[in-house]
Amino acid sequence: MRNFEYQKADSVNAAVSAHAGQPSSFVAGGTTLLDLVKIDIMQPERVVDVNGLPLYDVEELDDGRLKIGAMVSNTDLAYHPKVVDQYAVLSEALLSGASTSLRNKATTGGNVMQRVRCPYFRDGVSACNKREPGSGCAAIGGHNRSVHAVLGTSDKCIASHPSDMCVAMAAIGATVLVSGPNGEREIDFLDFHLLPGDSPEKEHALEADELITHVVLDAPIKGSRSTYLKLRDRASYQFALASSGVIIATDGNTIRDARIAMGGVGTKPWRAREAEQALIGQPATEASFKKAAEIAFKGATPYEHNAFKIPLGQQAVVRSLTNATAA
Amino acid sequence: MTDKIQAKIIGASKPRIDGPQKLSGQAMYAADHHLPNMAYAYGVFSTVASGTIDNIDLSKAKQMPGVIDIFHHDHFPSLYRTPSSFAQENKVDETRLPFEDGKVYYPGQFVALVVADTFANARAAAYAVKVAYSADAEPIATLSQALERGDKPKTADSSGHSRGNPDSAFESSANQIDVTYVTPMETHNPMEMHASVANWENGDLVLYESSQGVIFARNVMAKVFGLPPERVEVRSPFIGSGFGSKLWLWPHAIAAAAAAREVGRPVQLVVPRQQMFTTTGHRPPTQQQIRIGADDNGKLTALTHDSVNTTSMVDTYVETTGSCTKSLYDCENLRVSHATIGANHGTPTSMRAPGAAPGLFALESAMDEMAEKLNMDPLEFRKANYTERDQSMDLPFSSIHLMEAFDKGAEKFGWSKRNAEIGSMGDGDEILGWGMAACNWEALKMNCDARVSLRADGTAYASCATQDIGTGTYTIVAQAVSAITGIPLDKIEVELGDSSYPSGPVSGGSWATATTLPAIAEATRSAIDALKSYAISDGGAFAGAKSDDLSFDDGKLVDGDGKSVAYTDVLSQLKLANADGEAHTPGAPQGEYSFRSFGAHFVEVRWDPGISRLRVSRVVSAIDVGQIINEKTSANQVEGAIAMGIGMALFEATEYDEGSGLPVNNNYAEYLVPVHADQPDSVDVILLDHPDYAFNEFGARGIGEIGITGMAAAVANAVHHATGKRIRELPIRLEELMSA
Ligand SMILES: Cc1cc2nc3c(=O)[nH]c(=O)nc-3n(C[C@H](O)[C@H](O)[C@H](O)COP(=O)(O)OP(=O)(O)OC[C@H]3O[C@@H](n4cnc5c(N)ncnc54)[C@H](O)[C@@H]3O)c2cc1C
Ligand code: SF4
Repeated sequence: MRNFEYQKADSVNAAVSAHAGQPSSFVAGGTTLLDLVKIDIMQPERVVDVNGLPLYDVEELDDGRLKIGAMVSNTDLAYHPKVVDQYAVLSEALLSGASTSLRNKATTGGNVMQRVRCPYFRDGVSACNKREPGSGCAAIGGHNRSVHAVLGTSDKCIASHPSDMCVAMAAIGATVLVSGPNGEREIDFLDFHLLPGDSPEKEHALEADELITHVVLDAPIKGSRSTYLKLRDRASYQFALASSGVIIATDGNTIRDARIAMGGVGTKPWRAREAEQALIGQPATEASFKKAAEIAFKGATPYEHNAFKIPLGQQAVVRSLTNATAA
Repeated sequence: MTDKIQAKIIGASKPRIDGPQKLSGQAMYAADHHLPNMAYAYGVFSTVASGTIDNIDLSKAKQMPGVIDIFHHDHFPSLYRTPSSFAQENKVDETRLPFEDGKVYYPGQFVALVVADTFANARAAAYAVKVAYSADAEPIATLSQALERGDKPKTADSSGHSRGNPDSAFESSANQIDVTYVTPMETHNPMEMHASVANWENGDLVLYESSQGVIFARNVMAKVFGLPPERVEVRSPFIGSGFGSKLWLWPHAIAAAAAAREVGRPVQLVVPRQQMFTTTGHRPPTQQQIRIGADDNGKLTALTHDSVNTTSMVDTYVETTGSCTKSLYDCENLRVSHATIGANHGTPTSMRAPGAAPGLFALESAMDEMAEKLNMDPLEFRKANYTERDQSMDLPFSSIHLMEAFDKGAEKFGWSKRNAEIGSMGDGDEILGWGMAACNWEALKMNCDARVSLRADGTAYASCATQDIGTGTYTIVAQAVSAITGIPLDKIEVELGDSSYPSGPVSGGSWATATTLPAIAEATRSAIDALKSYAISDGGAFAGAKSDDLSFDDGKLVDGDGKSVAYTDVLSQLKLANADGEAHTPGAPQGEYSFRSFGAHFVEVRWDPGISRLRVSRVVSAIDVGQIINEKTSANQVEGAIAMGIGMALFEATEYDEGSGLPVNNNYAEYLVPVHADQPDSVDVILLDHPDYAFNEFGARGIGEIGITGMAAAVANAVHHATGKRIRELPIRLEELMSA
């Protein structure tokens, strides 16, 4: 931990202007930021505390969408009646993440912005293009079993996106509202996280000094059921090896609409659109689910220790679809 | 007249007497001590696995706020090494002193130490220290790398054993298996960090250390600083456990004490979690070859167990995986051997059931493999090779109830309903697997001193330098005093964990109970003797009587005629504060018996092949450790060991990068240990409770470690039953179980 300047903001504008001018970080729950500052991986010179911002509400909009303040905690969001009722996939995803105490601190905005768990990123010395652009990627050819991806990787970075919440949001469809020096704008959730490509240090679509104020969820699909399944070594308190968040609506036994997003396997929260398309109009059977799961992992690239994530991810998709359509 | 033991308190289920202090935050752990004018130290740790330090650039760090001094190999007092002798009670596992020279033997080694006015300032400045290294291009990061390109393994002769003609008997056996098992490096990860608070006054050192052995720690510090032991005191009244990692002092404690002396202020040093993976010991990785020969009736004809583990480049630590193999089963032709090979790791150390935990994973898995080959029930196969004699020592076991453990465990578990066919026991999406394994651990007892006072205010006081590492030692010491005096537990004050108290054992090897309680009992009786001598003196309650005519019963002195006087009255009448007793009790009796503990685990796993999910769902463990002193704390030890055994089977592995040699998962998020959700739906611990009076007067053999032995094998055997996959390398990972 290095010394830094600390400023507490009481309005969005104040937070944005306090952030400008030098290497700064917003701090919300601090469960990502302070961890990384303590091990000297993030070195902000100024930390702007956004806990005083009025962004704690969950609001139903007239068009049926749900507007979530950036400061709503993962716990509060998971237990919000509307989320429990209409967005089970999100509630379950949140509750599968981290631990109770972490979820009490973690916020919606912070969760969207959480950093990768790649050990080489966090050790401060190994080659890591994300931490030190151009230095290489120690994970390729190194230990890449648990927190590395098989989808969306590049020869510059293969770290998986760690969030569970974001997988559910990717399935539901959402818009990120941001505020910055040049005013407010909206970013489609699926465009928010960036693939590593040639510049893994650039992780998201926020411009300098922009603050997330809200995430707005698309209106729930009528008559749908949704669920989240997270597979991992131990039963709790571990990032996903592979996870699947699905939303499915059926007419009789025929699939009318489907959403599939996957975690632990992609370099960003991974929406499997082609697999969804393959389901629509098909009977809700194991055979359909298996086909969709295969499509979802088309073009996946296994690395030395994580090839099992491809069949495991497929199993997650099949089982979550099965669970969502079970009588 | 003999003094009556209030037997009902021994074996009772009693909550920890130190529980309220812990729950209310009053229990002071090492790093809770913030002394006046104290400074804080933070380490700079090597970021290469092997090499030499070229340069340490302090220019920036020295300018940082609050920095008092920065130590490193060119700026550190010259100290002495400890002889590191167990017999002399000054053992350590890593004998190299911190900052001895500019060499780096492992990643995460101390290369500098910043001392500053606050913890935050010390850490910030430590991050600003720039160290340049000449790193070796090919550090040895793993056991397999060591075997490929390291030096030849060094055989550890003293721990080996051979009888009969194991090799030729194996060759001529009707049924043979020859299999190799691999276990990973594991890290103890006690909740409480290793921490030292060192304070010098007039050349005397007081050290608050999270330690499982204050006497050893005191002696080591005395050796290192060239002082008589009387001038060093080590205190460790409460420990957030250690699992072996706190048995012997590590470099941080020496660094903290030296820094404190140099800067002339008390210094606190807490080892960060990351470096608790590198510089405070670990269970080394092992590779174990097991060969079993058996005849067609399932009788063992030959058994060999040859094992190698990594050690550090500076010290030798032997993981004695064959320690149970020597004597658990009846076999005339047997060999166990151990060897070590250097790697760029810190020095390994004992971790809960050292040797036995990885060793019984191998042996008890191999026994399962042989049972399968013989088409025998795994439990019947073990019974067929039962022995009541320790063939390695050629002595009978003092007390063995392994057969009863097998039977009671099997009955409770429902073993007879096991369908031996692999994958045959389905339940919805899941397949059940049932496996079992034996547990085994040696029973040891050391020398011990103790002091007990019966006090005029109706309380008693007991002290011993041994520690309570969270297992309940405070409580059982009070039970022992209560058993002899009848004084209730809440009137007994116990002090432990200070090297100035009567010398007591390290809390390890499961020997604290068997070692400490006889000394406490002896000291209690000696206090009663003192009380009697006062009572018969002039003006005493039994003036003129003979000491032998008096007995002590339930807090009172009683004579042959039925006169009885409370001991408090005996003392007050003479205006005495207390009656004191001291004791010194010896180690275990030699030559007549082999003292060992036994048991059996029965495990059910649930394997869901559709999502490749494996969970342990049910455990029954029957444990034969002699007399149970406290049912609650005993069962708790076994339950905790079962949880740890599940971790060993399914999760735990400390990983190093094969290229850089740097640790990969040295944090609490990525080094997986079982969490609450991983605990089986049901855990049944059956404590057989047969006193072993040949071992000590309480008949107790100790219970801290046996529960983890055999557990990983029982899980692996259950996994094989469910999936058909025989996993010979821990941890058992789901990708190994997924069908191709
Ligand atoms: C041990 C451990 C286990 C975990 N396990 C899981 C898990 O299983 N699943 C999972 O999904 N997550 C897991 N997490 C991650 C956890 O969910 C995130 O750390 C948390 O959601 C981050 O939220 P926060 O409010 O604490 O963010 P902070 O730490 O405060 O901030 C994180 C980042 O976001 C930025 N930021 C914060 N708020 C805003 C905003 N409004 N606008 C723009 N930038 C912002 C900060 O500057 C910082 O860079 C785990 C974390 C830990 C430590
Ligand atoms: S995977 Fe990404 S985060 Fe990990 S070392 Fe490579 S570049 Fe860095």
